[in-house]
Amino acid sequence: MVALAQRDETARIWRVLEQVPDPEIPVVSVVDLGIVREVTPERVLITPTYTGCPATEAIARDIRFALDAAGCRQVRIESRLSPPWTTDWISEEGRDKLRAYGIAPPSRRPPECPQCGSPDVEEVSRFGSTPCKAQWRCRACLEPFDLFKCH
Amino acid sequence: MASLPPIDLPAGATGEGAFDAPGADDPHRSVRFDYLLRLGDDALILGQRLSEWCGHAPSVEVDLSLANIGLDLIGQATHFLGRAGAVEGEGRDGDALAFRRDVLDFRNCLLVEQPNGDFARTMARQFLFSTWQELLFEHLTASADAAIAAVAAKAVKEVAYHRELASEWVIRLGDGTDDSRRRMIDGLDWTWRFVPELFEMDAIAARAAECGIGADVANFRGDYDRRVRAVLAEATLEPPPGQRPILGGRRGHHSEHLGHLLAAMQFLPRTYPDATW
Repeated sequence: MVALAQRDETARIWRVLEQVPDPEIPVVSVVDLGIVREVTPERVLITPTYTGCPATEAIARDIRFALDAAGCRQVRIESRLSPPWTTDWISEEGRDKLRAYGIAPPSRRPPECPQCGSPDVEEVSRFGSTPCKAQWRCRACLEPFDLFKCH
Repeated sequence: MASLPPIDLPAGATGEGAFDAPGADDPHRSVRFDYLLRLGDDALILGQRLSEWCGHAPSVEVDLSLANIGLDLIGQATHFLGRAGAVEGEGRDGDALAFRRDVLDFRNCLLVEQPNGDFARTMARQFLFSTWQELLFEHLTASADAAIAAVAAKAVKEVAYHRELASEWVIRLGDGTDDSRRRMIDGLDWTWRFVPELFEMDAIAARAAECGIGADVANFRGDYDRRVRAVLAEATLEPPPGQRPILGGRRGHHSEHLGHLLAAMQFLPRTYPDATW
């Protein structure tokens, strides 16, 4: 029974976390981005994305608010660097949400325009509006777009 | 930071999870602290220098690039100096080490404190530093200090990006117009004499390497020279002729420029020690 209750509580915490948006790309949740590493009824283990990402503290705060609001005040939040976060941990669902939002998801293959799907794209700048993105441009539909950098 | 609600932690936990600071019986405490200061100060000072470009870069894309590289470096500094404070165990945190130390107590290399100069000189400095830092971090992923190893493993991917960006600018400016070429040559001339310090193995560096906390920089000197020369060749530039190396940053013997940088960086927290966001 205890194990069952533990499992239910863990699942409930996961559901709470799935509702916590990333502060800079609010269409994806912290779970979609692979920021949440491990959940137990006692502890949520998170990992920073980029070393200098200013959203890291906001993310911990938002998770705290969400857990508190869901009555999980006793759940600790711990941050761990190792092994380092990689864009490979972004879920398929997260990738679809990024694309729908107009951000090309990270990919080991050449990117495609998230607007029109054309592969005829070029890099404008290696850094975009946040450390995790680069600026690209589509030569087919001429629209600029953000590319979530492979990391 | 003060505007954030406190995060509940059990008594004694640091929130860092895996890396609790070594206790008072750590036989390497002193060298661990010194080595962390070097790593943290390099990142902090170059991060601060790059932030000076914010709003002044030649184009908005470059402005974003420099600010983002600066942000990565300040993130590294936060980890290294926070860890240094924990290792020291005298109640100083990363902020105290960044904002309440005087110029003679900084342990960064002289390269990172050099003034930005024009954009070419900034890129020459970034190229020489990031090429070195990437190799250093590759080696530090095997550090006997779990925190150093974790930060290095995380940051090395970002630093590779810094190195690529800077290399591209060295090539573009070096193999560009007469004016851009002249400026890149001047930028390399200015920064070149600070490279030998990156490979200096003084007593602290040697002890850190010996106990596995630090890296022996001699192990990647050859790789460094090859990588730098390959980019210079692509930029159609010759390595600057032999210059007298300038050393001393690791011992706190800094150029006059560092004091001015610290004056800007430390003014607010020193003048208003209780200020919060």
